[in-house]
Amino acid sequence: MATSDPSVKTTPAVDETGADSSRILQTRGLRKEFGGLTATDDVDFAIEAGELRCLIGPNGAGKSTFLNLLTGQLDPTAGEIYYNGADITGLPSHERVGRGISMKFQVPSVYEGLTVAQNLRIPLQQVVEPDAFDARTREILERFDLLEQWGTVAGELSHGQQQRLEIGMAMAMEPKLMLLDEPVAGLSIEETADIAELLREIADDDGVALIVIEHDIDFVETIADRVTVLDGGSIFREGPIEEIKADPEVKRIYLGEDH
Amino acid sequence: MSVESGDGPFAALRRPFEGPNTMGNSPAFWLGLAVAVAVLAAMPVLFGLYAAEVGAVFLAYALLGMSLAFIWGYCGILSFGQVAFFGVAGYAFGIVAINAATLTGLTVALLAAIAVSTVFAAALGYFMFYGGVRDVYVTILTLVVALVLYTFMGQTAGGEWTIGDARLGGFNGMSGVPDLAVGVGSTGVEIGLLGHYYVTLGALVATYLGLRALVNSQFGYAMVATREDEDRTAMFGYDTTFIKLVVFTIGGAVAGLGGVLFTTQNNYVDPSVFGITAAALPVVWASVGGRTSLLGTVGAALAIQFVDYRLALSGSEWALVLIGSLLVFVVLLMPEGVAPRLHEYVLEYREDADPSPVPREPPAATEEVSD
Repeated sequence: MATSDPSVKTTPAVDETGADSSRILQTRGLRKEFGGLTATDDVDFAIEAGELRCLIGPNGAGKSTFLNLLTGQLDPTAGEIYYNGADITGLPSHERVGRGISMKFQVPSVYEGLTVAQNLRIPLQQVVEPDAFDARTREILERFDLLEQWGTVAGELSHGQQQRLEIGMAMAMEPKLMLLDEPVAGLSIEETADIAELLREIADDDGVALIVIEHDIDFVETIADRVTVLDGGSIFREGPIEEIKADPEVKRIYLGEDH
Repeated sequence: MSVESGDGPFAALRRPFEGPNTMGNSPAFWLGLAVAVAVLAAMPVLFGLYAAEVGAVFLAYALLGMSLAFIWGYCGILSFGQVAFFGVAGYAFGIVAINAATLTGLTVALLAAIAVSTVFAAALGYFMFYGGVRDVYVTILTLVVALVLYTFMGQTAGGEWTIGDARLGGFNGMSGVPDLAVGVGSTGVEIGLLGHYYVTLGALVATYLGLRALVNSQFGYAMVATREDEDRTAMFGYDTTFIKLVVFTIGGAVAGLGGVLFTTQNNYVDPSVFGITAAALPVVWASVGGRTSLLGTVGAALAIQFVDYRLALSGSEWALVLIGSLLVFVVLLMPEGVAPRLHEYVLEYREDADPSPVPREPPAATEEVSD
């Protein structure tokens, strides 16, 4: 405590002595190089339980790389990742998931050949006993408005339904931290509003911390507690959405290049 | 020998073998299976010992085919080298059995042969899957392993390639492999021609039921999920690399069992079991029969090998051409194979039939779908 820096406002507090246990997730000096390219450049990031954080930035800012480092699909070149106070840097994906990190991919990647109920069984059998499958499945499908699609093959669902199913599957793991890569890409306005409401609920009612990669600044404004702006692999700005939106520098990098 | 496959109505008995991961789950299916097994069991009675002799080889091939359907159809691992485990088990049995042709020795040979093919599959699987080899590269690598074995065993003609009394024999093969026997000391049974047929049939049925139970278990769901999307499945906390290793190893064990039964039937094994034609056959059976159906693959193996045998008997050179054409025909017309297509027809025919034992929600307003 004594060594922590009190001047933090736009950069996360990193306890010099190790991980700060009030933070569900924290990275220190996280770095990923691909050949000569530095995709993630000494990122110090932290998020608290129940917080909904949006990650924005121009294309190639390193958002997806950063998420993949958190899930363990990529190994960092340097730096550490702390989850619930424990160093998880070297752990394989499936062990991170076992500790409560869930991921929703950019494109809906439900198991298209399986029914909705069978899709849910894949995560459910990791966390509940077989005799509870049906009850939990019903609960989750009710919550995500998919009960009528119980026996439907997932490949036949609409895009919005697939997105909801996938979030439902991620929630079935009873995560403490959920990572979402563009959850509303390609959705209609109504579907987007549905997802926004769901995500807010997951943060507020379930106390799950969410990190959401998003391009749609209006969507970010609707849901985010705080926003982190990445540029060139490092954190460019961080703060409440109003502050970020008003920042002329953010406008320049974010709106200037590919919008 | 096939008691478990029993009569339909015993739901509790059937339950471990049923689920959405296998196609036939109705009493009618089990009845049909029982009839099919009974017909196979009646073959030697109807057509004599010669049918038993030839039939046992087909049944051993069916085990080989099933090992591929299990790993390819259920876990997405297309091995082109299932014959490697089949042949290695055959040679291993021969080497041990020729050197110790006693009841105990032959029992040890049986166990050793299956152990060798299992360990071989585990070792190969370990280096492949933990080395990050995936998809088509697994196919290539497994084929190469089979072909390397083919070449290696082919050059063992010299006298220096003798293990105890067992001569590997190069392309001439290893002859004088004893019949199967089980026992310790002087108590046990030597399995003769007829017995061998029934042992092979029993092994096939038991393996089928065992694999059925496995694919419908929680592990089976993990296998299917790994097949559908490996990265996604890892994100649900599954160690997909380990799952693939386990599946591949079980596949190697089943292929090895088939290899022992094949070798003991012929009392002979030669490098052609590793050859490219032999290597392609399981892929053909699984493709034609339907890789997602264990039974479909078994049926295709039996049917194709029977036709192949009849053609060869009549002196025709066209057997392989016919098999190749059949493969092209089926792949173009029904890419999933015959059994899945049949299953679809059955489902359409019985409109109320539900392929899944998971209770479907009674949809209150089915028309109201948001898309």
